[in-house]
Amino acid sequence: MIPASFEYHRARTIDEALELLAKYGEDAKILAGGQSLLPMMKLRLASPGHLVDISEVAQLKELREADGLIRIGAAATETALLHSALLRGKCPLIGEAAAQIGDPQIRNRGTLGGNLAHGDPGNDHPSVMIALGASVIARGPAGERRLPMDGFYRGLYDTQLEPLELLTEIQVPTPPARSGAAYLKLKRKIGDFATAASAVQLSLGEGDTCARIGIALTNVAPMPLRLSGAEALLAGKRITAELIEQAAQIATGACDAADDFHGPSEYRAQMAGEMTRRALAGALERARRD
Amino acid sequence: MDAASAAETLNKDHLMGIGNARKRKEDPRFIQGKGRYIDDIKLPDMLFAKMVRSPHGHARIKSINTQKALGLPGVHAVLTANDLKPLKLHWMPTLAGDVQAVLADEKVCFMGQEVAMVVADDRYIAADAADLVEVEYEELPVIVDPHKALLPDAPVIREDLAGKSEGAHGKRTHHNHIFTWEVGDREAADRVFGQAAVTVKETMTYQRVHPSPLETCGCVASFDKVKGELTVYLTSQAPHVVRTVVAMLSGIPESSVHVISPDIGGGFGNKVGVYPGYVVAIVASIVLGRPVKWVEERIENLSTTAFARDYHMTGELAADRNGRIKALRVHVLADHGAFDACADPSKWPAGFFSICTGSYDIPAAYARVDGIYTNKAPGGVAYRCSFRVTEASYVIERMVDVLAQKLDLDKAEVRLRNFIRPEQFPYRSSLGWEYDSGNYPAALQKVLTAVDYSGLRREQAEKRARGELMGIGLSTFTEVVGAGPRKTCDILGIAMFDSCEIRIHPTGAAIARFGTKSQGQAHETTYAQILATEIGIPSDVIQIEEGDTDTAPYGLGTYGSRSTPTGGAAAALAGRKIREKARKIAAHLLEVSAEDLEWQGDRFQVKGVPDQAKTMKEIAWAAYNNLPEGMEPGLEAVEYYDPPNLTFPFGAYLCVVDIDRHTGEPKVRRFYALDDCGTRINPMVIEGQIHGGLAEAFAVAMGQELVYDDSGTLQGASFMDYFVPTAVETPYWETDYTVTPSPHHPIGAKGVAESPHVGGVSAFSNAVIDAFAHLGVTHLSMPYTPWRLWQKIHDLGLDKRSG
Repeated sequence: MIPASFEYHRARTIDEALELLAKYGEDAKILAGGQSLLPMMKLRLASPGHLVDISEVAQLKELREADGLIRIGAAATETALLHSALLRGKCPLIGEAAAQIGDPQIRNRGTLGGNLAHGDPGNDHPSVMIALGASVIARGPAGERRLPMDGFYRGLYDTQLEPLELLTEIQVPTPPARSGAAYLKLKRKIGDFATAASAVQLSLGEGDTCARIGIALTNVAPMPLRLSGAEALLAGKRITAELIEQAAQIATGACDAADDFHGPSEYRAQMAGEMTRRALAGALERARRD
Repeated sequence: MDAASAAETLNKDHLMGIGNARKRKEDPRFIQGKGRYIDDIKLPDMLFAKMVRSPHGHARIKSINTQKALGLPGVHAVLTANDLKPLKLHWMPTLAGDVQAVLADEKVCFMGQEVAMVVADDRYIAADAADLVEVEYEELPVIVDPHKALLPDAPVIREDLAGKSEGAHGKRTHHNHIFTWEVGDREAADRVFGQAAVTVKETMTYQRVHPSPLETCGCVASFDKVKGELTVYLTSQAPHVVRTVVAMLSGIPESSVHVISPDIGGGFGNKVGVYPGYVVAIVASIVLGRPVKWVEERIENLSTTAFARDYHMTGELAADRNGRIKALRVHVLADHGAFDACADPSKWPAGFFSICTGSYDIPAAYARVDGIYTNKAPGGVAYRCSFRVTEASYVIERMVDVLAQKLDLDKAEVRLRNFIRPEQFPYRSSLGWEYDSGNYPAALQKVLTAVDYSGLRREQAEKRARGELMGIGLSTFTEVVGAGPRKTCDILGIAMFDSCEIRIHPTGAAIARFGTKSQGQAHETTYAQILATEIGIPSDVIQIEEGDTDTAPYGLGTYGSRSTPTGGAAAALAGRKIREKARKIAAHLLEVSAEDLEWQGDRFQVKGVPDQAKTMKEIAWAAYNNLPEGMEPGLEAVEYYDPPNLTFPFGAYLCVVDIDRHTGEPKVRRFYALDDCGTRINPMVIEGQIHGGLAEAFAVAMGQELVYDDSGTLQGASFMDYFVPTAVETPYWETDYTVTPSPHHPIGAKGVAESPHVGGVSAFSNAVIDAFAHLGVTHLSMPYTPWRLWQKIHDLGLDKRSG
C-alpha cells in the first residue's frame, strides 16, 4: 500500500489551483478529501505525478443560501454537511445521505465535490443531487460553466468535467414548503458502498398532489440513474400505495447492475425497487408533516 | 464476618486474586497508543523488505529478471529461490509434516505465493523495486474446488511430491490428496445406521475464512556478524518453537538465536505458523549484516498467511423415534490449499475434529477427514478455536437441529434427551476423548428460563402464521482445549507442556515469566491473579512477562485456549512451591515446626494463635537475609506443567433473529450466551473474551468468506470487501455462566476465549435456518449475506406483497 512517488502542491485559492492544473495538465489530479484517490494511488491503480490539494481553499468550503439556491463549496466535508443547520432546516436529504457515507473519519476528510467529481457509481451524492435537481459549477481556463447533475455523468468514472476544470460549487434549488425527502441505502456495514440506494425528493401541492419529484438510484448501473419514468408517473398525482408499487417496479426494471459480492444483478435490481418503495413512502410521509 | 468470607475478602479485595474483576494491566498502554508492536521496532541501519508475489493461481515460472530492480538506487538485494538454494532454505518444513516453498521454486501454486523479496533502504524504494522485478509465467490450469481436485485428470498441483505415495499421515491416494484421517469404529457405526429407526444426512460447507487480526504478520530480523547472533522480533503466538525451528534451519546455536514477540495486535491462529516472509527476512539480514523489517500489508495478510476452515462436511445421525441419537458419521473434504501448512499438533492432521460428538452421549461414531491440495493459499489454522473444534461443533450442532426437524421435535428437547448426564463424568466419548466435567442440562435449562423459550416459540408460531421470518437458534457446545498432554500432543516433536518461572523480590513484589504469549488475552492481568491467590501477595505487585525467549521459560505458546489450562496451571503449581518454601522460612522465624503453621491467604500463622504470624512480605524479606540453616537464599520456583488431560469448557447459547422478507437482512434481536469455563479467574476479562469471540462468530456466520474465482483469484482481499463488523452491526450480547470446575486442573479452570466463537457460529447458523425450518429448509450455507437469504426467500415466494 505504497503509492508511486508524486509531487504535492497545496493551492490557497481557486485561481492557484487552476494554474497548477494548467501547468501540469493530465499528470495532475485534484486532491480534496483523498478518500477515493489515495486508496487508488496506494493500490497503484492511479499514479499521478502531481497532486493539487484544494482542501484548504476557504472559498471552496462555503455553505450558504442565496436567491433560492443552496450553494455548497466543492471542498465542504461530509461532516460539514452533516452539521449544517441550513441543510438540516431546508434540505435534509443531503445530510441524510452524508450520514450514510463511510465512517466519521472518512466523513471528516471526504468532500461533496470529490464525491460528485470522482464518477464512482457507488458514491451516494450523485443520485441525491440528481433527485434534488442540482447543478455544479465548473471553472477552467475558458471560464465558468454551469452543469446540471442530470447528464453530468457520461459513464464509469467519466463526467462532463474537462481535464483542466475544477468543480467549485454545487447549487441546489431550495425545496419549497411541504417537501419531503429520503435516502434509503442498503449496505452490509458502516463504511460500505450501497448494494442499492434510492434518493427521493418530492414536494406536495394542492390536494396533496405531487408538485415536483426527483428520484435517482445509486450503484445499480455504471452511472447514477435518474428515474424519469417513475417521476412522470407520480408527478401531478396523489401518491398512493399502488403508484409507489409501480414506481418501485420501474426502479427494478431500470437497473443495469453488475454481479459483485453484494449480490447478483437481479438481487441488486430488486433492492433498488425495495429502496425506492421505502424512500417514496418515507419522503411522502415527511412532506405531509412538513 | 466468618472465616470463609474474611478469606474471600482478603483474596478478592486485598490481593485482587482469583475472582476479582480487576482492570486489565495492559490497557493503559494499549489505549494510549503506547503498545510496542512489530512495526514500532526500529533498529539502527534497518532495511525494509517487500515481497514480490504471484499474480496467478497456478503457473510455471519461466524466468525472473531482477536487474532493473537491483538497478534502482537504494535497493540492497533481490532474493529468489536460486539465492536460497545453496542454503537449502528455498523449501521449509511445515507444522503439518509437509514442505512449503519459501520462495517459489520453478512454479507457483496459489495467487499471492512468495516469488522474490526486495530489500531496500525504505518502504517506498522497496515498493517501487518490487514493481520492477520481471517474472515471466506460463499459466497452468487452476483448481480451487477440492471436489474437482480429486478427479483423475485433475492437474498436478504439487509436482515436488511426484511418486510419493506416503505423506506425513499415511497413504496418499491421488496426486492432490494429502492424507486420510479416520477415527472411531466404522463397522459399529454402520451397523447402527443399518438398523436405525430414523436417519438424517446433511451436506454443509464451512467456508474458508481468515482470522484477520488488526495487526498483520511481520518481523524484524537482525543478524550480528561479529557476535554471530541472530535476534528476531516477530508476531508469534509461539516464540520458543520459532526459535527452535530457526536454530534447526539456520544451523545457528539455539543459544545465539533470540526470538522476541513484543505486543501483538491479535492473533486468532494467524500468528502460529512460520511464514516465508520471516525466513527470507532472516536470510536477508544474515546476508546483508543489517536489520531487515518485513511487515505484511492487509491484502497480503488476507490472501497469503493462514486462513481457517474450508471444510466440506457431510454429517449423518442415526436415532430412535424418540430422538435418542444412536450413531454419528461424518466425512470431511478438507481444503488445505497448495501446501499443508495446517497448524495442529503433529499427530493430529485434522486437529481435534473428533470432538464432533459434541455434548451428546452417542454410543457409536465414525469420522473421516481427507486433506486435499488446491491452488489456494496454505493454512488451515484454528481461528479462535482449538484445532478444528469449530468445524466439529458446527457439524454436530447443525445435525442435531436437522434430526429435530425430521422428528418434528423441539430443538431444545432433542438436546436435553441426548446430553451426556452430569453423573457420567468423567465421560469417555466413542471417538476417544475423556471429558473432564460438565453439567449440560443445567446450563441449557438456565438459558431457556432466562429467555422464556416457550414464549419465544409461541411468538415465532404467530409470526410464521403472518408470513414473517423469525428464527431461534440453539448451540449447546463442548470444546476441547489446553493441549497437551505431552504423550499425545507435540509440535515438531516438542511436547505440548507450558511453564511458569517466578521470583519473589526482597520487598515482596515479584516477577513471573511464562512460555505462553498473550495477543490481547490479558495474561499480565490474569496470571498475576492466580499467583496472588496462591502466594498471598497482591496481583498489583506481580509483574508478568512473556515472549522473550532469552528470559522466559520454554513453552509452546498461546493458541487453542491453552494458556489457562497449561500456563495457568503452571502458575498455580509454581506458586505452591513458593508457598512451601515460605512455610519453612516462617517456621524458622516463628521458631515453631512447619506442621504447626496454617496458611491464612497471605501469611502463615501458628495454629490457633492469630498474633503469631508472618506475612508473605515478611517472609520474602527473610528469604534474602534470615534463613533456616542449610536453606539456599532467595524465593523462586519453576514449574513445567504437562497437563494430565485437556479441559472441556461448554456453554449454551441462544440466538433470536428476524429476517427482513424484502431485503434478506438478518437482524439479531437477542443473543444469550451462557458459558462454563470452570473456575473464573477474572469475570471482566472473561466477559470481554466472550464479547470478542461472539463478534467474530457473528462475522463468520453473517459475512466472512474468502472467495476464489475459477482462475484462482481471491475476490475482495481487503477490509472493503472482507466483512469485519463494526460496533454498529454487532448485536448486543447477554452473558451468563455456570461453574463446573475441571477436576484435574490445579485451580479448576478451563479455557474460555474460544468458546464464544465455537458456540456462536452454530447458534447464528441454527437461528437463521430455523427461520425457514417450517418450510422444510434443513440447511443454508454461510455466510448469511442479505442476498443469499433473499434468494432463498424469493425462491420460496415469501417476498410477495399481498393485495
